[in-house]
Amino acid sequence: MNWVAWQMLTGDRAKYWGTIFGIAFGTLLISQQTALFIGLMRRTASQIDDVREATIWVMDPEVQNTDEILPLAETDVYRVRGVPGVSWAVRHYKGLARAKVSNGRFRQVMLMGLDETTMIGAPVEMVLGSLSDLGRPDGVIVDKAGFEYLWPGVEPRLGDTLEMNDRRAVIVGVCKAGAPFQTFPLIFTRYTRALEYAPPERNRLSFVLARPEAGRDVSEVCAAINRQTKLLALSRNQFFWRTIGYYLRSTGIPVNFGITIALGFIVGTAIAGQTFYLFTLENLRQFGALKAMGLGNGRLVLMILLQAGIVGGVGFGLGMGVTAFFFEATKNVTHLAGFYLQWQVLLGSAAAVSIIVVLASLVSIRRVLVLEPAIVFRGS
Amino acid sequence: MIATPQHTLDAVPTTALRTDDDPTSAIARAAGVAVHCQRVCKAFGDGDTRVRVLHDVEVEVRAGEMSLLVGPSGCGKTTLISIIAGLLEPTAGDVTLFGTARSKLSARQLIAYRAKNIGFVFQQYNLLPALTATANVAIPLLIARMNRERAFEQARRLLAQVGMADRADALPTQLSGGQQQRVAIARALVHEPRLLVCDEPTAALDAQSGQTVMELLRRVAVQADRAVIVVTHDNRVFRFGDRIIEMDDGRIQAVRMGEAGSGAPAELASTEQAIKVAPDETIGAGPFDFQ
Repeated sequence: MNWVAWQMLTGDRAKYWGTIFGIAFGTLLISQQTALFIGLMRRTASQIDDVREATIWVMDPEVQNTDEILPLAETDVYRVRGVPGVSWAVRHYKGLARAKVSNGRFRQVMLMGLDETTMIGAPVEMVLGSLSDLGRPDGVIVDKAGFEYLWPGVEPRLGDTLEMNDRRAVIVGVCKAGAPFQTFPLIFTRYTRALEYAPPERNRLSFVLARPEAGRDVSEVCAAINRQTKLLALSRNQFFWRTIGYYLRSTGIPVNFGITIALGFIVGTAIAGQTFYLFTLENLRQFGALKAMGLGNGRLVLMILLQAGIVGGVGFGLGMGVTAFFFEATKNVTHLAGFYLQWQVLLGSAAAVSIIVVLASLVSIRRVLVLEPAIVFRGS
Repeated sequence: MIATPQHTLDAVPTTALRTDDDPTSAIARAAGVAVHCQRVCKAFGDGDTRVRVLHDVEVEVRAGEMSLLVGPSGCGKTTLISIIAGLLEPTAGDVTLFGTARSKLSARQLIAYRAKNIGFVFQQYNLLPALTATANVAIPLLIARMNRERAFEQARRLLAQVGMADRADALPTQLSGGQQQRVAIARALVHEPRLLVCDEPTAALDAQSGQTVMELLRRVAVQADRAVIVVTHDNRVFRFGDRIIEMDDGRIQAVRMGEAGSGAPAELASTEQAIKVAPDETIGAGPFDFQ
C-alpha cells in the first residue's frame, strides 16, 4: 500500500507542493537563523577561540566577556607565573583604538598586543607577510576583513600606514582571524607597541595567558591561581562560554533570533499541517473506502506517516539546500565571515522538521483513525 | 406481545419464489444461506437523543442470488448493509456470514474477514482519483499484500470482463459515471469475494448507464457461491433482483421474488406478492413510495 500512499500524495500536485513549501520554508527559517545566531554568538568569543596555545585565561574577577575588560597590574603576570603547576604565563593586551588611514578615513580597531618573545595569541594563518615582521619598526598585522574595511576596494597588500594615538603603524602582514562580534578590524602587534597605540590608562594588562605544566589538570591549576592571586582564572572553554553566556543574558539577540526561529517552526507547522490535513480531508472518503475494503488502522497510519515523511524529507532537503546555498554564496562576503552551516544545525533542523511532520500528520491520523468506514455508504 | 416476524426464504411459499427452470434457483438452493441476520437492532445516540434505526431485523440472503434491499430513504437500508458488511456494530442481535457469526470475530479478525470475503460497490464509486483504473481495481489485492505486478495483471483481467480493457490506464476523472461504476464493480470482484455489497450503484447514473451497470452486475457478480446485496430505491432496476427485501421504518416489511428470480415481472405494487410472514400478520401489503 506504500505505492498507493505515494500515488495519492503526488496525485494532487498543488497540495503536494504546498505541503513541501511549508516544510521547506520552515526548514529555511529554522536552519538559516539558527546558523546565523550560532555564528554571531561564536563571534563574541572568536578572540578566545583564536588563541590556541594558552589554555588558561587570567583576568579581573569582574570581567564578564572579552570586550569589557578591567585591566590587571603589570605585575600580575609574575604572580601567575609563581603559582605551582603553571608552565608559563604571558601578557596579552586587548583593547580598542582609533586608526586613521592616510586619506583621512578612520575606523575603530581592535588592538591585540602579543607577548614580545613568544607571540602567544598571534594569528594562525598569514595571507601576506610573516609573523616575524612584527619585529620591524612600527610593524602591525591586520586581518584580511579589517584591511578591506580600512581600504575598501583595495586588494590586500603590505606597506600601507595607519595612525593610532598619534603614532605611525605600518602594515607588515595580512592574516586570517576569527571575525569579532563588532565588525572592527583586528590589529595585531607586539605588547609594548600595543600599549603605545592604546589610550593612556594606569593599568593596561588585559589578560594573562597561561598554560599548566604537562600532566596537570587545567581546572586544578585554575583553582590554584584563583586561590593564590585572587584573580579569576578560567579555562579557555569556560571563558568562551562565559562570554557567550553574557551576550545571551544581556542582549536581545537570542530573543530576536528565537522569535524568528519559533516563527519558522510555527509557520512551517501551520502551512504543512493545514495543507496536509486538507489533503487528508479531501481523501477521507477514499480512506473510508480503504477501511471498508479491509485495510486496518495500522496500515492506514503507516500510509499517512509515509506521506508525511515524504513531504517532510523533500521539504527538509529543499529548505536545507537553500540554506546551504546561502552560506556557500556568502562565504566570501567580508561582513558575513564566520557564518556557516554547522552540522549541529543540520541535525537540529532535522529534529525540528520531524516534529513538524509528526504534528502535521497527527491531526490527519486522528481523523482517519476515528473515521467510520460506514461513511462510504453515505451519499455525496 | 407480538412475535417478531422472521422474514426468511423458508417463510415464503416456494411456488411464489421461483420457477423450477431458472438455473440460478437450483444453484441458490444448493448454496444455501449466505447471510443471516438474527434479531439485529441498531440504535444511535443516548438518552433523549437515542434513535432506533433497526428493530429486530431477521432476514436471510442466499448465495447465488442478487437480493435487492429496497425501501424509502431513512428506512435503515444503509445501516443494515453496513452491519452485514461488518462496518457497523449492531446494538443487539448478530449476523452470520457464510456460517461465521460476526460476534465471534475480534475487530482484527473482522477486518481480515472483510478484506477477504466482502466486495463493495459504492454510490459515489469512491475510486482513488490519483490512481488509474487498473490500480484502483488492484487495491483489494494490494490490501491482501499481493505483489503489485500480479495484482495489476489480475486487475486488467477484471477490467476486460467489465468491458473497460481499453480504459485501463485512464484516471477516474477521465471516465464517465457509468465507466467509473464499472471500474468500481471490477474492484469489488477482483479478490473474488463471497459477498458483494452494492450501495445505490445506479443512483448517480442516468437510466441507460444504470441498466448497463445492473446487467453487468448480474452477468459478472452473481455466482453460485456468492451472494449479492444491492441497496436501491431505483425501481427501474428491480427487475434485476432475484429477491426483493422491502424495508420500512427499520423493519423488514416483506421478502418477495424479483423478476430475475421468479421469471415473472416484479411489480412491487402487486399485493399478490406480499409475503405473509406470520399466520396472523401480513407485512408489506402495499407498494413503497420511492419518489
